[in-house]
Amino acid sequence: MAVADARAPAALAPLDTTDPSRLRSLITPEGVDLRLVLASASERASAFLLDVVIIVASLVGATLLVAAAAGFFKFGVGEFFLVIWVLVFFVLRNFYFMAFELTPRAATPGKRLTGLRVAARDGGQLTPGAIFARNVMRELEVFLPFSFLVANGQSVDAWIRILALVWCAVFVFFPLFNRDRLRIGDLVAGTWVVRAPKRVLEPDIADAETSDGIAFPPGAFDAYGIKELAVLEEVLRRKHPPTMAAVAARIRRRIGMTDSTPDEEFLLAYYKGLRARLESRMLLGHRRRDKYDTP
Amino acid sequence: MAPLILKSHRFRAEREAAWRRLEALLDRFEKGRTARLSDDDILAIPVLYRAALSSLSVARAISLDQNLIGYLESLSTRAYFCVYGTRARLGERFTGFLLRGWPEAVRAIWIETLVSAGFMFLGAVVALLLVHSGADWFYAFIPAQLAEGRDPSASTADLKRALFDTHGASGLAFFSSFLFSHNTQIAFMAFALGFACCLPTVFLMFYNGALLGALLAVYADHGLGVEFLGWVLIHGVTELFAVTLAGAAGFRIGWTLAFPGMQSRLDALADAGRLCAVVMAGVMIMLACAGLLEGFGRQLITSTALRYAIAASTAAFWLFYFYRSGRRLHGRR
Repeated sequence: MAVADARAPAALAPLDTTDPSRLRSLITPEGVDLRLVLASASERASAFLLDVVIIVASLVGATLLVAAAAGFFKFGVGEFFLVIWVLVFFVLRNFYFMAFELTPRAATPGKRLTGLRVAARDGGQLTPGAIFARNVMRELEVFLPFSFLVANGQSVDAWIRILALVWCAVFVFFPLFNRDRLRIGDLVAGTWVVRAPKRVLEPDIADAETSDGIAFPPGAFDAYGIKELAVLEEVLRRKHPPTMAAVAARIRRRIGMTDSTPDEEFLLAYYKGLRARLESRMLLGHRRRDKYDTP
Repeated sequence: MAPLILKSHRFRAEREAAWRRLEALLDRFEKGRTARLSDDDILAIPVLYRAALSSLSVARAISLDQNLIGYLESLSTRAYFCVYGTRARLGERFTGFLLRGWPEAVRAIWIETLVSAGFMFLGAVVALLLVHSGADWFYAFIPAQLAEGRDPSASTADLKRALFDTHGASGLAFFSSFLFSHNTQIAFMAFALGFACCLPTVFLMFYNGALLGALLAVYADHGLGVEFLGWVLIHGVTELFAVTLAGAAGFRIGWTLAFPGMQSRLDALADAGRLCAVVMAGVMIMLACAGLLEGFGRQLITSTALRYAIAASTAAFWLFYFYRSGRRLHGRR
C-alpha cells in the first residue's frame, strides 16, 4: 500500500473539475489507485463552523433543560442536574468530535453535511489514539486564541494579548501553509481529511432511444476529444435548454451541419456517435484528450 | 443507424447488480450498530470490494461515462475504508489499553516526565523561597481572586479553618465534576502547547509548581505547613502526576517537531502523536480519580495522618502501575 503525491498521468487524469493539486494517490493492496481528493481549506472551515453551531445549540438546549429540571426539584436533586450540566459541557467540548470520528463514517455531522471524512495518511487504520490526538490539539488551535480574543485588559496587557493572538495565528491558519491542508491535529495524528461524497449511479445516456433519422457528415466524430465528450455528457444530464441550444449550435457550426432536429435529440445522437468512436479508438490504445490532440 | 452496442454498455449491464448490492451493504454498515449485518453480508463485502475495484480498472480503460467512473471511484473508496479500516471491539481495546498500552506509553516518555517534574519542582522551590523572603511576592504568583482569602494577610485561625472545615456532603459532586473538567482542560492545554517547541509547556509546569510553592510558603509561615501538604497531597499526588505526564507528552511532541531523528518530520510527529495520545487518555482517567478524591475525600477526611496515608498509598499505586507492572509479566515468559 503506497501513498504518493502523484500527479496522475495525463491518460488517466480525471475530467471533472477537481483541482489536480489536491489529488492524492492511494494504491490499495490490490494495486488499484484510488484517487483521493483532499478537502480544500474552505470546505474544512465550513464543516468546522457547522459543528460549532451544532455544539453551541446543544449546549443552549442542555442548559435550558437542566434549568427547567432543576427548577422542578428541591436543591438536593438540583445539584445532581448541575453535575450533569458540567459533565455535558465537558463531554460536548472534548468528545463530540472524537465520538463521531470513531464511527465507520469517520465524520462529524458538520463534515457529513459538507461531504468529507477523516482518513489515515498512510492508508492504514484510523486508530482511536490518532483521533484523540487530533482533537486534543484543537485546544491550541481554537480555544487558546479564543480565550485571548475574549479577554480584556488595558494598555500593556492589551498589547500582550494582541501579540499572543498574532502568535496563535500561526496555529489557527496552519492548514493554509501546507499543501495537504493539514491542521496541527492532523500533523500529530497522521491523518488527513478527504472528500467522500456519495455518488449516485445515473442511467447511461447512451441507452436513451433516438431516431435513426440524423445523418452525420463524414468526419463529424473526429471533431472532438474525450474532454468535450465529458462536457457534452454533463450538458445532457443537466438538461438546461439554453445551454443545450448553445452547445448544439456550436457543434453544428463545427461539423458543418444544418438541420432542424430538436436540440436534445441532436445532442444525444451526436453523443452516442462520438462516444462509440472515441471508445473504439481507446480499445486500440489511442486516447484523444481534447479537440487539439491528434485525432 | 443500427442500435449501438458499446462494450462499456455490456460491461455495465453485467456488473451493475454487484455494485448495487455493495452499495446497499455499505449504507447499512455505515449506519453503525443500529443495523447489524448478517454473517453472509459481512463475508460478501471483501469479495464485492474486489469486484468493484476490478470494475473500476476496467471502466477506466474502456468507458468514457464520467458518471460511471466517478460512482465506481466513490464506491471503491468507501468499500476500502470499510474493509481495511475495521477495528477490534471497544472492550478488548480498553482492557489492552489499561493492562499494557498505558503503562508502556508512560514508560516510553520517562525522560520527559523527569524533565516536567523537575520544572514543576523548580517552580515550587523558587516560589517558596521568594514568598518566604517577602510576602508581597505572593501576589506575583497568585492573583487575589484565586487565593480566596488564603494569602499572607489572613490569620492563622482562618487558614486552619480552610484546611479542616467540612462543608458536609452536599455540593461535593458538583465540586468534584467541576474540578475534573477544569483540570482536564489545563492538562490538555499543557499537552497541546508542547507543539510550540516545548517552551509554553515549560512555563506552564513552572507556574503550576509556583502556585503550590507560594501557598505552601504562606501556610508554613503560620506553622501549618505539614497540615497544608496533607490537605493538598490527598488528591495532589494523582493530580500533579497527571499534569506532569501531560507536560511530558507535550515535551515529547515539541521535541519531535524540532528534532525528528531518523524519520521524516511528518512520520516522526505522527508516531509521537499516537504515543502521546495514549498517555493523554490515561491522564484523563487519573484526573477523574483526582477529582473524586478532591471533591469527596478532602472534605470528608480531616485527620492529617490519614490524609498522608492516602497520599502515600496513591503515590505507591501509580508508581508501581506505571513503572513495574509490565515487567514482571515479561520476566515470567
